Amino acid sequence: MTIEIKTSTLEPVRQTYANIARRFGDKPATRYQEATYDVQAETNFHYRPLWQPQHELNDKGRTAIQMEDWYAFRDPRQYYYGAYVGQRARMQENAENNYAFFEKRNLADRLGDGIRAGLIRFLVPLRHVEHAANLNNMYGTAYGYGTAITQAMLYDGMDRLGIAQYFSRIGLILDGNSGEALIEAKRAWMEDPLWQGLRALCEETLVTRDWFELFVAQDLVLDSLIGQLVYDQYDAWLADNGGQDVAMLTEFMQEWRKDRTRWVDAVLKTAAAESDDNRALLRDWAAKWRGKAAEALSPLAREMLGEEALEQALAELEKRMAKAGIN
Amino acid sequence: MAAKKLNIKDKYRLLTRDLDWEFSYQDRKEAFPYEEFEGIKITDWSKWEDPFRLTMDAYWKYQAEKEKKLYAIFDAFAQNNGHLNISDPRYANALKIFLTGVSPLEYQAFQGFAHTGRQFGGVGARIACQMQSIDELRHVQTQIHAMSHYNKFFDGFQDWSHMHDRVWYLSVPKSFFDDARSAGPFEYLVAISFSFEYVLTNLLFVPFMSGAAYNGDMATVTFGFSAQSDEARHMTLGLEVIKFLLEQHEDNVPIVQKWIDKWFWRGTRLLSIVAMMMDYMLPNKVMSWKEAWEVYFEEAGGSLFKDLARYGIRMPKYAETTEKEKEHVSHQAWWIFYNYGQAAGFHTWIPTDKELDWLSEKYPETFDKYYRPRWELARQMEAEGKRFYNPGLPQLCNCCQIPMGFTEMDDPTQIAYRQTVYNGERYHFCSDGCHDIFVDEPEKYVQSWLPVHQIFQGNCGGPGVEDVLRDYYRMNVGADNLDIKGSPDEQRWNAWKGVA
Repeated sequence: MTIEIKTSTLEPVRQTYANIARRFGDKPATRYQEATYDVQAETNFHYRPLWQPQHELNDKGRTAIQMEDWYAFRDPRQYYYGAYVGQRARMQENAENNYAFFEKRNLADRLGDGIRAGLIRFLVPLRHVEHAANLNNMYGTAYGYGTAITQAMLYDGMDRLGIAQYFSRIGLILDGNSGEALIEAKRAWMEDPLWQGLRALCEETLVTRDWFELFVAQDLVLDSLIGQLVYDQYDAWLADNGGQDVAMLTEFMQEWRKDRTRWVDAVLKTAAAESDDNRALLRDWAAKWRGKAAEALSPLAREMLGEEALEQALAELEKRMAKAGIN
Repeated sequence: MAAKKLNIKDKYRLLTRDLDWEFSYQDRKEAFPYEEFEGIKITDWSKWEDPFRLTMDAYWKYQAEKEKKLYAIFDAFAQNNGHLNISDPRYANALKIFLTGVSPLEYQAFQGFAHTGRQFGGVGARIACQMQSIDELRHVQTQIHAMSHYNKFFDGFQDWSHMHDRVWYLSVPKSFFDDARSAGPFEYLVAISFSFEYVLTNLLFVPFMSGAAYNGDMATVTFGFSAQSDEARHMTLGLEVIKFLLEQHEDNVPIVQKWIDKWFWRGTRLLSIVAMMMDYMLPNKVMSWKEAWEVYFEEAGGSLFKDLARYGIRMPKYAETTEKEKEHVSHQAWWIFYNYGQAAGFHTWIPTDKELDWLSEKYPETFDKYYRPRWELARQMEAEGKRFYNPGLPQLCNCCQIPMGFTEMDDPTQIAYRQTVYNGERYHFCSDGCHDIFVDEPEKYVQSWLPVHQIFQGNCGGPGVEDVLRDYYRMNVGADNLDIKGSPDEQRWNAWKGVA
């Protein structure tokens, strides 16, 4: 049985905005479409930026990648602001429950000294890596072109700030809120030879000018390698060595990684499919940063997980590059 | 081990402020290259007081709750044909100005704060800017969604972003924000966070949202309430920015004062569109522009600048001119649009008798003397079938880009003209304020994309004005423009309401 409420129906003059109708026809549009397509100003800018007079305010020329239509970068998750915060709110609620449970049951006390020291040495310094990732995605947000990709980069940038804060909380859980674990982890980040390769690489990303190259360096290469090492291999190692409870604290990142990998891969695939020139650029950038990242991560991966670890992570990166057509 | 309790400030410092580090492998100035060229001196970023201490997990949670409620209202509004509840179809024209003129500025704010959120060397300031960036993206997107239903039933909403980049009067808001974004990062913050968000926001945001509340527009007013807590955060950022810059170094004071002077004037010129909206476009009036100016600028702004006096900051230049302008500006602005109503993307009209009486009451010094007779003449001409449109194109001020229709404030029958010569070319301005802004940075303002010049130069199609409207602006000529009398908007409204 269905019950039918009678409502008065008025015939609309049009189903959606004209720019959406030009792209998809005059039919009811999704919220993602109306909030995304053609929102950014395209032309008739009044003044050149004092800080970059060689460019217009919004300028396609801040990357060597060229697109016929910059709105081809449809986000497979269809995140506009409301959809994005809704999704992250659900994830954070879960995380909040996990953290509360972890603290209530004093699960930190059950971690052996070795595990605890390992977490401070290997996991907590990642908050600084995430901070660089935050800035690098803000870079794409500020200097990228078209709302489709810039809004997704903003969401990713804010995610990285959130993740940096979660890593910091892990430190505070380990040190009973004294902040000592954070100080120790920062010392490792600044001085421990294990981390210097990665820190130098993060600093190098922060002075990289082409925003799409930076997207490849950060969101594909670095995140793929670090993600595989930390969220797959280190997670498995912890599970096998009495640190399985830590997974409660990194579940947010696990879920986030799955979510955003779909988006990153879709962007790469779209850019590569556009032209041979794009594909060649992406291939060069991926190879260049893969080489740098492998070198930077090598001592860390060896110390954290053993000889084979980096090879495994590189194999996954290769797979993703092949899928996008840029291997 | 019992964990010690952390207060919010310490927790925020540990979770956020300590994330950055001193570089060892690259020159930090290469990573944050725009901090010095404006002459602002920052001696110690760690002195930045976080204006709000919101971690991302809390942000996601609060904002998602707000969005859930907001979109439930949007859905209900659409399902129940909420547009039928507005006071009068004329009201929809205020929303057309909002979507084509203001929402794109929210987008520019998203971009501008992304830029400063990447470029500031201090992590506290950076992250406050990032938070505002994502809020501004929220605002433009929720506004698009709030107006989406109106777009289905009224003309003039449909090509808002295309119009924003091209239409003559929309270059006023567009050039305002282009100006801020093309400036250095500190000027941008003084312009937008302080001068605009802190000093003038109650004169932009509040009139539109209160106007919505008074005129039965549930979608927009719900957006307004939902954005209120975001706006409050943005205002606290504006105040922190000013205090921080002034406390960092005494050499910053004259630079900041110059920016306040400039952006106060830029802002008041932009707000002339809001002034006419309040006095002429809202069928149910909230308050007069003059009253709003007195409450929100003269009283609130006055006490703010008294507070800032201890830093050596004085009232913005030409604040005394605005005390005279509040009597005139809305009338002159609506008169300009009534004159050029064939070239506007919204409808214009003559105020009703009741509205003329309201204006007389609210503007006892000026309305009957200068403006009422004009409207009575327009009424008479309309009755004779001679509703007039000015067929020419107006000269624009080279700074604010408003048609040169504002008068000398001591002689409201005399159009104000100011001019200057730069590199052998003559440039025209509507006021001393706009003249001074140009003269201080002529190399910037000679670049202005002045819509009327561009039309005359053949850069907007043509040859006739109607060709420009139809082909370059993509207006539906005869539907989007002209008087509300006889418009498709009016005809549809009458049909919905069963009025013959």
